Amino acid sequence: MSDVKGRVLVVDDDTALAEMLGIVLRAEGFEPLFCADGAKALTAFREAKPDLVLLDLMLPGRDGIDVCRSIRAESGVPIVMLTAKTDTVDVVLGLESGADDYVVKPFKPKELVARVRTRLRRTEPPGQENLTIGDLTIDVAGHAVKRDGVPIALTPLEFDLLAALARKPWQVFTREVLLQEVWGYRHAADTRLVNVHVQRLRSKIEHDPERPQIVVTVRGVGYKAGPS
Amino acid sequence: MSSWSAGWSRAAAVLDRPLGAWRRSVSLRVVATTMALSLVVVAIVGLLLVNSINGGLLAAKEQSSLVEATAGTSEAQSLMDAADTGPTTPSASRLVDSVTGGLLARAGSPGRVVALLASPPERGETPERIGVAGGGPGGDISEASIPLDLRAAVQRDSRQSWTYTEILYTNGATVPGLVVGAPLSVPGAGQYELYYLFPLTEEQETLQLVQRAVLVVAILLVLMLAGIAYLVTRQVVSPVRVAARTAEKFSAGQLTERMSVRGEDDLAKLATSFNDMASNLQTQITRLEQLSRVQQRFVSDVSHELRTPLTTVRMAADVLYEARGELDPAAERSAELLQNQLDRFESLLADLLEISRFDAGAAVLDADPVDLRALVERAVDAAAPLAERKETEVVVTAPDTVCLVEADARRIDRVLRNLVVNAIEHGEGRPVEVAVACNDEAVAVTVRDHGVGLKPGESSLVFNRFWRADPARARTTGGTGLGLSISLEDVRLHGGWLQAWGAPGDGASFRMTLPTKVGGSMTASPLPLEPADAGGRGRQPLRPYRDPRREPDAAAPVPSTAGEGGSS
Repeated sequence: MSDVKGRVLVVDDDTALAEMLGIVLRAEGFEPLFCADGAKALTAFREAKPDLVLLDLMLPGRDGIDVCRSIRAESGVPIVMLTAKTDTVDVVLGLESGADDYVVKPFKPKELVARVRTRLRRTEPPGQENLTIGDLTIDVAGHAVKRDGVPIALTPLEFDLLAALARKPWQVFTREVLLQEVWGYRHAADTRLVNVHVQRLRSKIEHDPERPQIVVTVRGVGYKAGPS
Repeated sequence: MSSWSAGWSRAAAVLDRPLGAWRRSVSLRVVATTMALSLVVVAIVGLLLVNSINGGLLAAKEQSSLVEATAGTSEAQSLMDAADTGPTTPSASRLVDSVTGGLLARAGSPGRVVALLASPPERGETPERIGVAGGGPGGDISEASIPLDLRAAVQRDSRQSWTYTEILYTNGATVPGLVVGAPLSVPGAGQYELYYLFPLTEEQETLQLVQRAVLVVAILLVLMLAGIAYLVTRQVVSPVRVAARTAEKFSAGQLTERMSVRGEDDLAKLATSFNDMASNLQTQITRLEQLSRVQQRFVSDVSHELRTPLTTVRMAADVLYEARGELDPAAERSAELLQNQLDRFESLLADLLEISRFDAGAAVLDADPVDLRALVERAVDAAAPLAERKETEVVVTAPDTVCLVEADARRIDRVLRNLVVNAIEHGEGRPVEVAVACNDEAVAVTVRDHGVGLKPGESSLVFNRFWRADPARARTTGGTGLGLSISLEDVRLHGGWLQAWGAPGDGASFRMTLPTKVGGSMTASPLPLEPADAGGRGRQPLRPYRDPRREPDAAAPVPSTAGEGGSS
């Protein structure tokens, strides 16, 4: 594996599935790392320093939600959940605990790989690009968001979401368009992803998340950047 | 007929409020009935009372009056007789004057009046007034107070007669009174009549006092009876109301709600039976809830337990499938079959889990305002590859303005995809028409194909689980046979309608109608179910499937003639 596209930590207790995931990921040029126990997941994460985590929500030892929260607390590394539950409560709980995206079992290998690729892609164009949204300045190349010179820590996904809105401040983004631009979905109707992440983003950048000024809801349509 | 019934219903509406209170409140009814009945009883008793007091008073007065009049008359007669035997015969008028004066002086008490009238030689003539003595409250008495009937009786019978009459005063005042008349012969002057008039003012006042007292007592009695009736009904009604309130709370889901049991009477028995019923219901409900929870839990567990190995199998099959070119022909075909049947297995599993989620009542509506047109567009886009393969054109007719609806985008997307895919699969290459329309209360989508259509009666079967129009086609068209059942549940979860129409050879039309607000009410769909162009060969009578649990019977949103509602 000379040109490794990324290191993926697979946290799953089902050894057959983990092995299969390994086969598929390796075939696509990723380097898989494994952890079968939720309790050891955080240690494994710290040691392996992966570029992405594939996390099964149902784990022995420690709940996948807890693991997700702990990883998110110390890192913005993309987390993709593997879940067998499609109920909104479960999906939203997973997303709120910090997962960037989720794949519902049973998934097709291509679907999984597409999700992993989207989260790992680095599409920023060479050269300086500076954006402003509200009272925030965004340095796209440096992946930094600052308010009055003070940096605000965002996960790459939240950064992408904010940057997408900031690039076209005149445009109202439907949830579907955001799903396509930020998550790489086509023809997806799952708006829960967008809703949860907009909430998470707002809680970090808004002065009052209850009355957002930077990421504004356009009722019945979607979201847009607030006036600068 | 219709205008009559309209007028009737308007009148009924005006009467509705008081009538409603009358119908609803037992205590109002009991109090009102008690008041009405006691009013009748008290009125009868009061009348009897007043009458008997009246009779008693008058009888006493009559007695004393007659005694006085008899005494007066005999005294006057003796005076007259004495004058007659005297040495000098005084003139008649002088005699009369002295007699009346004497009588009056004797009569004494005011208001008592004595009149001495000369009997006219012939009946009918105005009586000659000889003398009237005494006065009343209204000044001098008028001799018209003496009824002609009485005079006639006195003249005819020549003995004492009496009657009740109105005593008239010269100034016009009247009082009821008793007139006693008797003949009096004046020597040398002929027949006279002596009348005593006894005003009944005192008796009248007494009677009025009694009447007033009886009236006041009657009113008080009726009010008190009403009050008593109210108190008594309250004793019965308030426990009943408490029971009703408790039952309401209970049915609203507060299963621990119970009535308090006091004493051992009928009401206590009611409370006890109610509580027993409530406990039984609570036990049953708790058991059912438990069952439902177990079922949900089971579905969730099965879901997870099945899905994890299935994912591995799925991925392994995919890897094999990708590498099928390197396998020998038998293995290659096996990889293909594995792949295809896994698809089928997966969708079957997904649909089964979805249906059991509905059955377990675990389906949750995650509604947001969305533009229905966007959802339709996306569903049609998603079906584009299939449409291309089937060489079917999908035509969308949608309004230019936004069709906002509070809906669970994931579910409605699933419904629309299902309808569009079904239409393409059954459309036999002919165009599929999708129409969108909305108004303030509802949005609607119809999906119409021009395929083989539905046989009579089939439009109500299409939503049944695993139902297939043509069992022989089942293997080739794919699908799980659960799609429309799930769609119906999805739409029902929104409080909407999913209906089907079809005619053999004329294709089929499916219509989804959703209220614009979750929980909102709809009376009609913005789109007709039966397409305007329907009605060719073998058209079946319209018998759309309706969800009997949701749709009002009388509202009849389904147009009975093609083309109603316009836009299609």
